[in-house]
Amino acid sequence: MTRRIETGAADRLGTFQLTGAAEGQALVFSQPLSFWGGIDAETGDITDHSHPGLGQNVAGKILVMPSGRGSSSSSSVLAEAIRRGTAPAGILLERPDPILAVGAIVAEFLYDIRMPLVVCDISGIGSGGRIFIGIGADGAAVVRKV
Amino acid sequence: MTLELDARDQSMLGGEHGPSAAAAMKILAAFSNAIGANSLLDITGAHIDGCLYHGKAGLDFVERLVEGGGRVQVPTTLNVGSFDLIHPGMVKMPAAEEAPARRLMQAHLELGCQATFTCAPYQTRFRPKFGQQIAWGESNAIVFANSVIGARTNRYGDFIDLCCAMTGRAPAWGLHLSENRRGRVLFELDIAELEPTDSLFVGVGLIIGQASGDRVPVIAGLPRPRDEDQLKALGAAAATTGAVALFHAVGITPEAGTGDEAFQGMVPEEIVRVSRADINHALARLSMVPDGAPLRAVSLGTPHFSHEEWMRLLPLLREAAPGKGIPIYVNTGRATLTRLQEEGALDGMEAFGLIPVADTCTYVTSILERLDGVVMTNSGKWAHYAPGNIGVTVAFAEMRDCIRSAAVGHVVRGVS
Repeated sequence: MTRRIETGAADRLGTFQLTGAAEGQALVFSQPLSFWGGIDAETGDITDHSHPGLGQNVAGKILVMPSGRGSSSSSSVLAEAIRRGTAPAGILLERPDPILAVGAIVAEFLYDIRMPLVVCDISGIGSGGRIFIGIGADGAAVVRKV
Repeated sequence: MTLELDARDQSMLGGEHGPSAAAAMKILAAFSNAIGANSLLDITGAHIDGCLYHGKAGLDFVERLVEGGGRVQVPTTLNVGSFDLIHPGMVKMPAAEEAPARRLMQAHLELGCQATFTCAPYQTRFRPKFGQQIAWGESNAIVFANSVIGARTNRYGDFIDLCCAMTGRAPAWGLHLSENRRGRVLFELDIAELEPTDSLFVGVGLIIGQASGDRVPVIAGLPRPRDEDQLKALGAAAATTGAVALFHAVGITPEAGTGDEAFQGMVPEEIVRVSRADINHALARLSMVPDGAPLRAVSLGTPHFSHEEWMRLLPLLREAAPGKGIPIYVNTGRATLTRLQEEGALDGMEAFGLIPVADTCTYVTSILERLDGVVMTNSGKWAHYAPGNIGVTVAFAEMRDCIRSAAVGHVVRGVS
């Protein structure tokens, strides 16, 4: 288990759908992105032509968006991306998403890779800054700008 | 809101039923927490949409369950795979992809799933009954089970359908619960002709799919369907353009004897009027070419052709006697195909270009000989997905027109 961290006043707290620690550059979208049909699991490139993130890459980023979207096949795409190392380092959502949760849980089960999936307030997070996700003393998700 | 697991759920989670059941219960519990379910409920059957090979993670998951000695706990049917196992050689695939794709189908059988390989499990002996709780994947099967049969399932998909089958449980939420099955938006059909053509049902499906969002649609004024295949086509279209998992058709489907019953005594949140012009417009968008375009192939049976549909097709074939060598692919379940063969119904039909396809579907895998040219279909679902999936140009029409077109070699539609 990853070590627990102290929380500070500047931290935002959230709930884990899949517990873990991660750090990366924030990639923030106001529009939900479907992994199925939206992300190429071989590269992590965003391929959805109707999405503003088209052409950007999610690998190693902290992906921040209001919710998940679309087909349940997104579970498989996320699990496959985690296996290949092309997935985000972590995902922050405003609302819980069962489809992304399943993908993350299955990847942890199969490959022992924990991609934290957090439900928290995402207001005020901008693309480009570094975000740290840690596990608080009570098991809560701690999200911190670094 | 927290999920409460009963004693048996707990013992599964604790590994007393083996490592595979434990993993399935762990994933199911996490999913149930994510959707806010309070508890799990028993299911009587499952349908798994896991046999199409999309990548290693999907196969790794099933292999891990096999290694852990896992078995499904309820009768479990399988959706289409990447191969027609009945007609070897029909699907063309690079060897490196073929081995894992075949293994994926086989591994599901080792978990105790039934070798149905059909998107229409409601046509098999595993068809559920009214009111039964089930966990089904595959969008057309889900909407058929809920709407036409009155069985109860949510839209289950990747991994979770199998976790339900491995535990015999599903989260007590969504369409499993009576109150969530009430209609929310009313579609009033305002159409003069009451002729229940196949395309009318497809068109209505396309429209309710687009306009319902996540609300349960209720259709008023729908002509009485000739058979349940027309409702199959409606539901498949609605689940193609939208996320419809349940529709009610007043006076037709089992939970909608009256409009009041469909809305469970409440008023519609929205009323949408649908004209013949709206339906024509929705159908026109399925066709990418005008009449007269040279035809390369016909594809029928998405969702899988029922025995009744075969009985309508075969006389049309004999009557039009297509002889230009244009292949007429018909996707169907292997049980239906076996029955037809036993009846001798398909004898001599290959002369008309008929090519039955079992276990898979012409839009998910490489079956069509040529992709450069127009393919005609009577399926709203096929017309919607095939251009993106396999890169063909589509013309949508009634089945009779598809067969007439095959006979003359170009697209002809309507009365003539």
